[in-house]
Amino acid sequence: MSLTLKAEEREQAARGDGAGMAMRIVAEAARLLGAPKLIDIQSAHIDGAVYHGEAGVIFAEKLVSGGAKVAVAATLNVGALDLTGCSRQRLEGRDRLMAKRMMQAYLKLGCQPSWTCAPYQAGHRPAMGTDVAWGESNAVVFCNSVLGARTNRYGDLLDIACAITGKAPDCGLHRLENRIARFVLDLSGLPERFLKAEMAWPVLGSLYGRLAGNSVGVIDGFLQKPDEDQLKAFGAAAASTGAVGLFHMAGITPEAPTVEAACGGKTPDTVITVTSQMVREAQQLLSTAEQPDRIDAVAIGSPHLSGAEFARLEALLGGRQLAAPLYACTGRHVLTELEKTGLRSRLERLGVIIVVDTCIVVTPILPALDGGVLMTNSGKFAHYAPANTGYGVVYGTLSDCVQSAVSGKPCLDETLF
Amino acid sequence: MTVQTANVLIEGKPGAGEGLVLTAPISFWGGVDPRTGEIIDVRHPECGANIAGKVLFIPATVGSSTASTILLELVHGRKAPAALVLHEADAILLLGLVAARELGLQSPPALALDRALHSQFDRMQTMAGPNGKLQVVGDALSGQ
Repeated sequence: MSLTLKAEEREQAARGDGAGMAMRIVAEAARLLGAPKLIDIQSAHIDGAVYHGEAGVIFAEKLVSGGAKVAVAATLNVGALDLTGCSRQRLEGRDRLMAKRMMQAYLKLGCQPSWTCAPYQAGHRPAMGTDVAWGESNAVVFCNSVLGARTNRYGDLLDIACAITGKAPDCGLHRLENRIARFVLDLSGLPERFLKAEMAWPVLGSLYGRLAGNSVGVIDGFLQKPDEDQLKAFGAAAASTGAVGLFHMAGITPEAPTVEAACGGKTPDTVITVTSQMVREAQQLLSTAEQPDRIDAVAIGSPHLSGAEFARLEALLGGRQLAAPLYACTGRHVLTELEKTGLRSRLERLGVIIVVDTCIVVTPILPALDGGVLMTNSGKFAHYAPANTGYGVVYGTLSDCVQSAVSGKPCLDETLF
Repeated sequence: MTVQTANVLIEGKPGAGEGLVLTAPISFWGGVDPRTGEIIDVRHPECGANIAGKVLFIPATVGSSTASTILLELVHGRKAPAALVLHEADAILLLGLVAARELGLQSPPALALDRALHSQFDRMQTMAGPNGKLQVVGDALSGQ
């Protein structure tokens, strides 16, 4: 370890046992990553408060009892419980208690009770070019790609350690030379009908992640400028299938006014021309349930739904009563708005279950059901639901999801190609 | 018998176990059950295999940044692999071992070895000794 790191370790250890522990973790990460020094960070987003087992609680409480406090503004990702009481989690007894202790420990460390995986839509928007330490794969991708702030993909023990020390290893996406695109994904061969469809964003995100692995690429050839929710859907899907921390979209994202600029003026290593066949395969991979004749539940909101997405949901529902429950996951920043406008009660009357502070793949919310079938429009839910909920997945658009929830049967718009 | 010297990423207690060579990148969160060590990602080719007590060869990691916590839970619940062999350092996953050490838990070593060399350890009884030495000590299936 370098002398600077040793000196920083001593300095932090003087702040107390918790700060010392955090600094040892940051320093060890720097060593693993080959970072020569640490840099100051402006903010953090902490993905550590979901309960996965006792060790996570012991870890967080050890930081608390060591007197640790975050040194920078730190928002919290989802926890395992909906503290607003909008939805009910099937965590009982000791598990429920531990999940609550976990969330409380992170609040005691000084983190903000934002409890959302879309902190960038809840007012946490670091300026372009600033260094931050964010966890949660979709938040990391959005922060780097859409906001142009600089973060690596922080694991959920390292993010809190960075927030407590106010430092991060100087490497990876904090360094400009590593933010340059090495490959180009060319969409010009895809049919216009697909490129203008809502599903293009999560499906192409999912394909991008699988092709990119952990490298940075630039996508060229979108026919329209996406809104923030579409960028959010693309990034979350990409970060599920690959170790993606940053993508560029030519003419769309801030570090990619052009393909050439995104590539830093260098010739890219590869240009991949996306074919309709590749897109169809990527779309098929999102579904795991084979020709189901019913839908047991619908889940949307990974990443957490924005107010605009709730408005679209209401419009698509058109006042119809649901045959299958529709779980709509969001943060409390949106809940306040839903309550003000009365949208919450209007949606709940139709059978929508609003899930706040958490989501259906991090904690048991869906009824335990053998061979259950879940429909979703989220590339991220599609990726994680089979393992984390036991449900098979049918993937469709938001409009497909609403139609299916109303009828209780899978309704898919097959006319995209 | 096959011997390779890997780079030590994180020191840990030397251990032995059957070599389990993953043939596709894995996300620990959503990929491995933190309570049992079973691979639960239905899209993963080794779905259904259990990593507990194995010398686990990982070609690459993908997906969620929660991997470190899952590995920490596995160590805490004594369901961790006997050793982890990666292609290269992965700070997200390996911080689970760093945190385990902070909590005073005995944790397995993590090594780095070129992924092209992983397959020779598949299903072989493998010893992950000190200083990064990986050695086939017997055929796991016949127990020799």
